[in-house]
Amino acid sequence: MRGKGYLFKWYVVLFLVFLYAPAVLLPVFAFNDSSIVSFPLKGFTTKWFEVLQSTEALHVAVRNSLIIAVTTAIFSTAFGVLAARASTRFAFPARRSIMGFIMLPMVLPEIIIGVSLLVVIVQLGFELSLFTIILGHILICTPFCIAILSSAFMNLDRSLEEASFDLGQTRWNTFWLVIFPLVMPGIVASLLIAFTISLDEFIIAFFLAGTEPTLPVYIWGQLRFPQKLPSLMALGTLLLVLSISLLVLADYFRRRGLKKTGIENSGGFL
Amino acid sequence: MTQPIIQLSGVDKFYADFQALSQIDLDIRTGEFFSLLGPSGCGKTTLLRLIAGFETPSAGSLHIDGKSMDGVPANKRPTNMVFQSYAIFPHMSVAENVAYGLKARRLPKAEIQERVAEAIAMVGLQGFDSRASHALSGGQRQRVALARALVLKPRVLLLDEPLSALDKKMREQMQSELRRLQRAVGITFVLVTHDQEEALTMSDRIAVMFDGKIAQVATPQRLYGHPNSRRVGNFIGMMNFLEAKITGASAETVEVDVQSFGKVTLPLSQAPGGVEGCQTVGIRPEMLTILAEGQTAEREIDAVVSEVFYYGDMTYYDVKLPQKDAPVTVTMRNTAGRKVLAAGDTARVGWSPVALLLLR
Repeated sequence: MRGKGYLFKWYVVLFLVFLYAPAVLLPVFAFNDSSIVSFPLKGFTTKWFEVLQSTEALHVAVRNSLIIAVTTAIFSTAFGVLAARASTRFAFPARRSIMGFIMLPMVLPEIIIGVSLLVVIVQLGFELSLFTIILGHILICTPFCIAILSSAFMNLDRSLEEASFDLGQTRWNTFWLVIFPLVMPGIVASLLIAFTISLDEFIIAFFLAGTEPTLPVYIWGQLRFPQKLPSLMALGTLLLVLSISLLVLADYFRRRGLKKTGIENSGGFL
Repeated sequence: MTQPIIQLSGVDKFYADFQALSQIDLDIRTGEFFSLLGPSGCGKTTLLRLIAGFETPSAGSLHIDGKSMDGVPANKRPTNMVFQSYAIFPHMSVAENVAYGLKARRLPKAEIQERVAEAIAMVGLQGFDSRASHALSGGQRQRVALARALVLKPRVLLLDEPLSALDKKMREQMQSELRRLQRAVGITFVLVTHDQEEALTMSDRIAVMFDGKIAQVATPQRLYGHPNSRRVGNFIGMMNFLEAKITGASAETVEVDVQSFGKVTLPLSQAPGGVEGCQTVGIRPEMLTILAEGQTAEREIDAVVSEVFYYGDMTYYDVKLPQKDAPVTVTMRNTAGRKVLAAGDTARVGWSPVALLLLR
């Protein structure tokens, strides 16, 4: 028995090492004073971050990515609210299959979505632009938003709505005075998740970007130049910190939402 | 008598193929404490939600205060509801919850403040105004829900199993408090409950419901003393049933041959559901007496005690009567000097024809 437990312990440790060691290497080399990314380390420097600051093309890519991510977050969350509300409150024919189809892009290979969107957009005669990337990102982010928001809406006691209506309030005001504040944490979490997914999405952005690259597309382009690798490590470090912070923030809001409605925390990703 | 506050006539409610309510005719009087009592699934909550405006009848009509409620949504009805889950808005304080309905009516701020304070005091929550509602106990939530509804001075207050989430002690306290509150504000209360004791102690009148139909509407005393069917008698309290055969009838009496008990002549008032088709006689366990030595009764039967359940203040006996397979239950108060019998003892059971009910 003891031997078995030992094995499992090592298995878990190895698993975590494989999972996180590469991510840990990013900041290590980002601060390494050498243009060659290899051990042994040469010394501490912040010059790679300074390089980032003076690279104009990078700034454009960051700006593009932010525009796309913010727009995507807003629209996919809005769609998510509508779908989550509809699927948790109202019974309509074929509800399950409709919801299933809406959630499908979550498991569909992105390359398929990317290629098929490209074909459609070119056929329709649209120019590839930030707008087309936004369309693609909304498509893949909405299912995640629906998943988060559905749980927020499902946790709402239906009699709260009825109580508000019973006390003389209109349906419209009931939504803004009772439902919205209570699902607000879910909405914030949904915005953050969609923002994060869109920010580091590569495949769809790569297919649908015209002359305006997003950050991940820009990074991929820079990988051809070995001397730029350390500054990309620095950039990666920044992105890593940003992504983790956003995820933690999103889960914080999800938990706060549960607490507000007095429901036991179950599941969640952190 | 004034016009009923709530009038239902010929109300049906269908959910797809399932009939939740069928042919409900009911008048609820202004200012009374009225209870809808029945086992779960009998349609009592559906009926309450229909009055509140959360459900629409499939057929029939509903009038509140003489006005048809056809097409009138819940937020325009002179009713307010206390929900089973209380439905306290968790993101608002006690005072904000109570003020919610007044704000919806766009009343002036000063009036809102005054009425909120009044309502909070009425339910005994002074000092809790700014308390967050998720930090309240079950009993306190219940009071907030009451204050939130009563502050609007509705014509009718609807209560959906309001005490079912409370523990026994709290429940008993709230029962008397609800009763006191109802008398104080004079508003018609309509209470849904599956707890017969709760209905008996609180109500002016009770409607007993089974399978989407109203079985009987009566005062608590009438309901307990003169249930109009075997089913109602069995649902409200305990009742022993004996086979009976009608052997004759006159304008005012009916002759019945009762299993084990023998022939009796009963006035028609002891057949509350009518004589037609009756094959059962019912008698409450406390109407039977185990006679002590030397004690006599109007009628007596020799029986054998088959089981004894001792409750301290009471003893419940299951006794075997001649010519009857199933034992009947007799409850006796354990007064001073009274001997508690043991299983196997013989006993004389005393009874009186006045306590018999001829039932369908």
